[in-house]
Amino acid sequence: MTNLSNTTIAAPTRRIRWSRLLDHAVLIAGSLFLLIPLLIVLQTTTTTDVETMKNGPQLVIGSQFDDNLKDAMVKASGFSGENTGMSMLINSMILGLGFALGKIIIGMMAAYALVYFRLRFATLAFWLIFTTLLLPLEVRILPSYEIAQKLGLLNTYTGLIVPLIASATATFFFRQFFRSVPEELVEAARIDGAGPVKFFIDILAPLSQTMIAAMFIIMFVYGWNQYLWPTMITTDEDMYTLVRGIKQITQDLEGTNIPEYGRANMLALIAILPPVAVVIFFQSWFVKGLTESDK
Amino acid sequence: MAQVSLNNIRKIYANGYEAVTPTSFDIADGEFVVLVGPSGCGKSTLLRMVAGLEDITEGVLSINDRQVNHVDPADRDIAMVFQNYALYPHMTVRKNIGYGLKNRKIPADMIESKVQEAAKMLNLTDYLDRKPSQLSGGQRQRVAMGRAVVRDPALFLFDEPLSNLDAKLRHQMRIEIKALQRRLGVTSIYVTHDQVEAMTMADRIIVLNEGRIEQIGTPAEIYHAPASTFVASFMGAPPMNLIDARLADGQIMINGNTALAPAQGTGAITLGIRPEDVEIHDDAPIHFHVDIVEELGAHRLLHGQLADQDFTIHVGKDVAATPGATRIAIKPDCCCLFDPETGKAL
Repeated sequence: MTNLSNTTIAAPTRRIRWSRLLDHAVLIAGSLFLLIPLLIVLQTTTTTDVETMKNGPQLVIGSQFDDNLKDAMVKASGFSGENTGMSMLINSMILGLGFALGKIIIGMMAAYALVYFRLRFATLAFWLIFTTLLLPLEVRILPSYEIAQKLGLLNTYTGLIVPLIASATATFFFRQFFRSVPEELVEAARIDGAGPVKFFIDILAPLSQTMIAAMFIIMFVYGWNQYLWPTMITTDEDMYTLVRGIKQITQDLEGTNIPEYGRANMLALIAILPPVAVVIFFQSWFVKGLTESDK
Repeated sequence: MAQVSLNNIRKIYANGYEAVTPTSFDIADGEFVVLVGPSGCGKSTLLRMVAGLEDITEGVLSINDRQVNHVDPADRDIAMVFQNYALYPHMTVRKNIGYGLKNRKIPADMIESKVQEAAKMLNLTDYLDRKPSQLSGGQRQRVAMGRAVVRDPALFLFDEPLSNLDAKLRHQMRIEIKALQRRLGVTSIYVTHDQVEAMTMADRIIVLNEGRIEQIGTPAEIYHAPASTFVASFMGAPPMNLIDARLADGQIMINGNTALAPAQGTGAITLGIRPEDVEIHDDAPIHFHVDIVEELGAHRLLHGQLADQDFTIHVGKDVAATPGATRIAIKPDCCCLFDPETGKAL
C-alpha cells in the first residue's frame, strides 16, 4: 500500500504513455474517416461542376456556393419540373415531423391505455404490440403497399406518414415511463377533479417532456431518413423527399452530360442539416429523457 | 362540515383477500378521528374507501346522510393528503394548490385569492412560485395541506402524512395539523401506524388489527382501559406489561403465592400493567429483579424480571436505579385483566 502511493507522488514528470497515444491515434483516424466525406461534400458545393469533373475534390474553397445553393433550392429537376430542392425539403419536413409527432402521439396514447385503464388482456396487448418490432416495414412492405394503394393513399402525405406511425418502440418507452409515475399522482388528480383526459394533458404529458424530446429526436431522424417507403408510395415528382431526390440527380452520372456535382452535394448537405439541428437542439433533453426520471 | 357514517363496510380484493371485515362507526361533525394499527391492518384501505379510491365491496358509506358508495372521489367533497405528498412536480406551488379549483371551473381571480389565503395560513406565501423540487420536506407537506384546505372540503383525509419527515419536523407538523384542524373545524380522518401521533392528535382513536376494529375510544380510554391485549401492547411506548397471573381468594396472584392487587373472580388471566403504574419502595411487597437500566434523560426504563416474566418499569429521573434485586408496589386500580385465551378485556 505504502509503496504504491509513494510511487504516484514521486513521479511528477508526465511520461508519454504509448497506450494513450494509440488511443488518440485510433480516435483521430475514426474522426477523419467520418469527417472527410463531409468535407468533400462541403468543398464540392463551392466549385463548379466542370472543375470538380476535371480536378476532383480539392483543398481550395471555390466561389460557387451561392449559385449551387440557388440551383439546388429552386432549379427544377425531372420531367414535370415540379420537384425543386425547396419542395423536396418541405416534403421531407412534413414526413419527418408527421412521422415523429404521429409516433409520439400514438405511442403515448397506447401506453396510457395500457398502464392506466383496467383493460382486459392489457399485458397480452402490450406484448402483441411489442412483437411488431420483429416485423419491420421491409418484411411487410407488399401488404402495406397493397392496403395503402387500395385506400387510395398513393401520392398523398397521409399515405406517406400514417402507415408508418404505429410504433412499438415509442409505446414501450412511454409504458415504462408511465409505470414509474407514482400512483398517488393519479389519485391526487382524481380527488382534484381531473378526469382521464385532463390528467393526460395537465399532468402526464408535462411530466413526459424529456421522454417526448428523446422520442422526437429518434423518430424525426428515422422518419427523415426513410427511403424505401417514400419510394414505393410516391410516384409524383412533387411528392419526392430529399433523400429520394438526391439520388435522382446523381443518376445523370451515366449520361453524357457533366454530372451536377455541386447541386447534388448541396442537396445532400441540406438533407443532413435538419436532423443534425434537431439532435443538437434536443441533445440535453435526450440524455435526460433516456436516463433520468424526474418525478 | 360533515358527519361520516360507515355501516358494515367491507373490502374483499379480487384475489379473495379480506382486507377489511364488516366495520361500522360514525364520525361526528368536526371530529378528528385517527385510524391506527400495524401495517397491513386495513387502515389505509378503509381510508381509501372513504376517499373513493377503492371500491367498497359491501356496506354503506354516507357523508352528511348522503350515500356516496358510487360517487366519484371528486364529487365527495373531500380532500386528501398523501404520504409522499403527491404534488404535481411540474407545477409551481401556486398551481399545485389551485389545480383542484381550476378543475371545478372557479374563476381565476377567485382561485388566486383563495390560494393566497391558504398560503398565508400555511406560511407558504414566499414559495408560491417555486416548484416542489425546490422545497424542503416540511414545506412540501404544507403544500399538500394547502391543496387540501384551499378547497374548503367537508372532510379531510390524511394517509400517514408525516411518515416521510424527520422526527423533529414530525413533531412540529403534528401540532400544526392539529391546530389547523381545530381552527377550520373540518371533520378529519387520519391514518397512521405511529401510536404517538394517534394519542396526541386524536379526539377519538380507532385501533385496527387484521381488518377488524379492536377498540374505539378517546386516547385516555384507549390508554388506560385497552379492550384487548393487542391494544394494550400496541398503544404506549414502552407497551403495557402483559404477564400470566391467576385470580384466587379475591386477589391477583403471580408465582403461585404473591398477591399483587385485589380483584374478584377465579382462574388464569393475563394481567396488564402500564410501566409507569409501578412504584419502587424498599418495603414494598413484590420482588423485582432489574437487568438493564435504560437512561432516557427525563426518565428511566428498568427492564427486568417479575416472577420470571419480562417486565418493564418506567420511573422518573429522580428515582435512582441500579441493576439488581428491588421491591415494587402496583399503584391501586391500575391493573387491566384480560382473558388469556381470547385476549379480550375482562
